[in-house]
Amino acid sequence: MSLLSIEGLTVALPKDGDRPYALRDVTLQLNPNEILCVVGESGSGKSMTASAVMGLLPEGVTVERGRVLFEGRDLVSMSDAELRKLRGPRLGMVFQEPMTALNPLRSIGSQIGEMFKVHTSLSAGERDAKVLALLEQVRIPDPAAAARAYPHELSGGQRQRAMIAMALALEPKLLICDEPTTALDVTTQAQILELIRDLQRRTGTAVLFITHDFGVVADIADRVAVMRHGEVVEQGPAEEVLNNPQHPYTRALVAAVPPLSPPAAQPLAEEAIMEIQHVSKTYRKAGLFGRNRRVTHAVRDVSLSLPRGGTLGIVGESGSGKSTLARCIVRLLDPEQGSIRIEGQDRLALSRAELRRDARRIQMVFQDPYASLNPRRKVGELVAQGPMVHGTPRAEAFRRARDLFELVGLDPRALDRYPHEFSGGQRQRIGLARALAMQPDVLVADEPVSALDVSVQAQVLKLLARLRTQLGLSMVFITHDLRVAAQLCDCIAVMRQGEVVEQGATAEIFANPRHEYTRALFSAVPGKGWTPPVAFGAEEVA
Amino acid sequence: MGFVRRYLRSPAAVVGLVLLVLVVAMAVSAPWVFPRDPLSLAGRPLQWPGANPNFWLGTDNTGRDIAAQIFHGARTSLLIGLVATAISIGIGIVVGAVAGFYGGWVDDALMRVTEAFQTLPNFILLLVLVAVFGSDIRTVTIAIGLVSWPPSARLTRAEFMSLRSREFVQACRVLGMRDTRIIFREILPNALPPVIVYASVIMAVAILLESSLAFLNLSDPNVPSWGNLIGAGRGVLRVQWYVSAIPGVAILATVLAVSLVGQGLNDALNPRLKSR
Repeated sequence: MSLLSIEGLTVALPKDGDRPYALRDVTLQLNPNEILCVVGESGSGKSMTASAVMGLLPEGVTVERGRVLFEGRDLVSMSDAELRKLRGPRLGMVFQEPMTALNPLRSIGSQIGEMFKVHTSLSAGERDAKVLALLEQVRIPDPAAAARAYPHELSGGQRQRAMIAMALALEPKLLICDEPTTALDVTTQAQILELIRDLQRRTGTAVLFITHDFGVVADIADRVAVMRHGEVVEQGPAEEVLNNPQHPYTRALVAAVPPLSPPAAQPLAEEAIMEIQHVSKTYRKAGLFGRNRRVTHAVRDVSLSLPRGGTLGIVGESGSGKSTLARCIVRLLDPEQGSIRIEGQDRLALSRAELRRDARRIQMVFQDPYASLNPRRKVGELVAQGPMVHGTPRAEAFRRARDLFELVGLDPRALDRYPHEFSGGQRQRIGLARALAMQPDVLVADEPVSALDVSVQAQVLKLLARLRTQLGLSMVFITHDLRVAAQLCDCIAVMRQGEVVEQGATAEIFANPRHEYTRALFSAVPGKGWTPPVAFGAEEVA
Repeated sequence: MGFVRRYLRSPAAVVGLVLLVLVVAMAVSAPWVFPRDPLSLAGRPLQWPGANPNFWLGTDNTGRDIAAQIFHGARTSLLIGLVATAISIGIGIVVGAVAGFYGGWVDDALMRVTEAFQTLPNFILLLVLVAVFGSDIRTVTIAIGLVSWPPSARLTRAEFMSLRSREFVQACRVLGMRDTRIIFREILPNALPPVIVYASVIMAVAILLESSLAFLNLSDPNVPSWGNLIGAGRGVLRVQWYVSAIPGVAILATVLAVSLVGQGLNDALNPRLKSR
C-alpha cells in the first residue's frame, strides 16, 4: 500500500484570482522508501501540492474536492489539532529559503530541540545529545558550534542542513522538500542532494521533492510527476519520463534543458573589442574608531578580453565577484585599479559627464525581470527613453522602439502598455530592446535568464543567439549556470572569490577543465550524467 | 477604474469623503450664503442657537453671527491646510529625495538638519516664528509649512533608499540619464503614493495648528477662522459654551474627514495590505 495517496485533489483559488483552480484533479501515489519528484514551471501548482499535503494552504485557498490519504487517514478532513500531532513526528518539511524558514532570534540548537520539547518527554540533556547527533548526521562541520550558532552565522548550505536535521528529528515517514536547493550554489546543491538521497536510503523515509529543475530530477528521483497549470500531465518511473517523455509538454520541457556540451565553435575575430586589464574593486567597511573594519576584495586583478562579435561568459557562484565585475565594466561601480578599453578608449578614465555622453558604447541587461523596468512607465517609453535622452526626436525614437519590439519577438502594438501586463520572459525581451535601442558596441548581460522558467529561458537564449549573429553583437554574459554558458558563449572565464581561476575557449574548457575549482563546478552540475533525449529547443511549449 | 471602486468599498472612507465635500461646499458657498462681512456686528451678543431665526447658530460675545464665521472659517482652514501641506510636502520631498538617493555625507548632513527640526516641539517652533515674523495669515501659513516637513522628508528618504538600488534605476544610469532626471522623473513617481497619503495627516495637523494659534490670539485676527472663534468664546465657556463648541465640532469634523480620506486612499493604493 502506498504511504501517501492524493486522490482527485482539486484546490480552488480566491474568486478574484486570475484562474479558478490552483490544482485540478491531482492524483499521485508515494510509496515508502521512494523519492517522488514533482516537477513543473512557476504556476504549475507543484508547491501548492506540497502545501495541501501539509495543511498549509494560504488563506482563502480551499480544497474543493478530493482526498489526501496518509497512512490511510485523510489529511484534508482532519482537524488542526490532529494535524499538529502528525506534523513533525510523521510529516517533515524542508522549505526553499532556509534564512526565512528559521527563526533569526534563536540558536539552531534550540530550534531543533524544540521538536523534541513539543512532541516528546525527553529531558534537556537528552535533547541536547539528540540535537548534536542530528547535526552530525547532516554533516555540518563542527556540530557543537553550529548548535550554538544563530541562523545568520551559518552559510546557506549549512542552514539548509540544519533545516533538514530539524525535519528529520523525529524520523518522519514522509519528508516534503519544496525546492530545497533552489536558493543554493551548484556545489552546495550537489552536496545537499547527495545528503537527502543518502539519508532517505538509510532511514527509508519517503520523499516528496518539489523542483523546477530537470537536472535535479535526473539526480535524485525514483519516480517523476510533471505538472502544468495545476494538472499532472505525465507521471512514471524517472527512467521512463526522463529518457522517453510521452506528453508534448514534458517533451518541450526536456527540450528546453540546455545540454552540457557546447555546439560547434564558430570562428572568432582576432581583434578584441574590449580589453579588461588588472581591474580590482574592494569594498571597505569603516567601523567607528577602527573597530569592525572589514575589507572585501570583490574583484581581484582581473584581466580579460572580449573578441569582436564574440560572447565572453563569466561563470561563478554567488560571491565570486562576477556581478561586481559586470557593474565595473558599465561603470555603475568605480574600480580603484586597472583599465577597461573599448576600441582603445579607457572607460575608467572618463568623467561622469563624459560617461553620460558616451552611454551608447556599452549597455546592460539585468537579472530581475520585475525590478529592472520602471513600473510607472509605458514599455514603449522605456525603450525610446535612452535615445531620447541623447537627443533623438521622440517620433524617431518611437519608430525605432517599434522595430526593436519586432526584433526581440514582441508585438509592436503593445508599446503603450505597462510592464506589469507582461510575463517574465516578455519583460526580459523589453529590457533587451531597451539596451539595443542605444545600438551599443558591447552588451553586458547579468544573469538575464536565471529568473526565468526553463521553457522561457530556452526561448530567450535562442533570441540572444539569433541577435548575436544578426547584429554582430559583442557580449559579456554573466551566469552561474554552465549549461547556459555552454550554449551561448565562445569563451569562458571562471571566477572564484574575486579572481579568474581559469579562462579559455568554451569547447576547450568543457573538454578539459584544468583548475580544480572548474572541475568541481562541472561535477556539481545537476543531471550531468543525463543527456536530454530531445534536441535543445527542438520542441516548444504550445 | 479599480481604484475608485476599491476606495468606495470602505464605509469609513465614504463618510470621510462626504464630510470633506460638505466642508468644501461650505467654503465655496460662503460668499453667497453670508454675503456680509462675517466679522462685523450682526445683532445682540450671546444669543443661543435657535433663539433668533436670523442667527440659527447664535451670536458670539461681540455680537457676530456664528454661522457666518463657521462658513467663512471653512475657507481659511482649508486654504491654510492646503497651502501649508503643499509647502511641507514640497520641502520634505526635495530633502528626502536628495538624502535618500545620494546617501553618504549628503544624507548625513540633511538628516541632521531634519532631526534638528524634529527635536524642537513643532508648536513651540511655530510660536517663535509667529512671534518674530508677525501673525499675518500668509506668515502663519508658511510658518506651519516650515515646522511640519521633517516627517515627510523621512518618509520620502525611506522610499528612495529602497528604490535607488532597484535595477531599473541602474538601467537609467547606464542609459546616461542625469541624476536630477532619475530622481524626479523616474524614482519619485514610485515613491509618491505613501507621501500623498501622509499629506492628509499633515493637512489635519496644519488645521489644528492654526486653530491652536488662534486660540492663543496669535493668529491673524482680521480673518474669520474657527480658532479665533474658539478663542473668543473662551471667556464665556462655562455659560455660553456653544460659542466654543460649534467651531470645535467644525474642526473635529474637518480633521476627521481629512484623516478618513487619507486612510481610504492608503487602503485603495495598497489593496493587498487591506485584505489581510
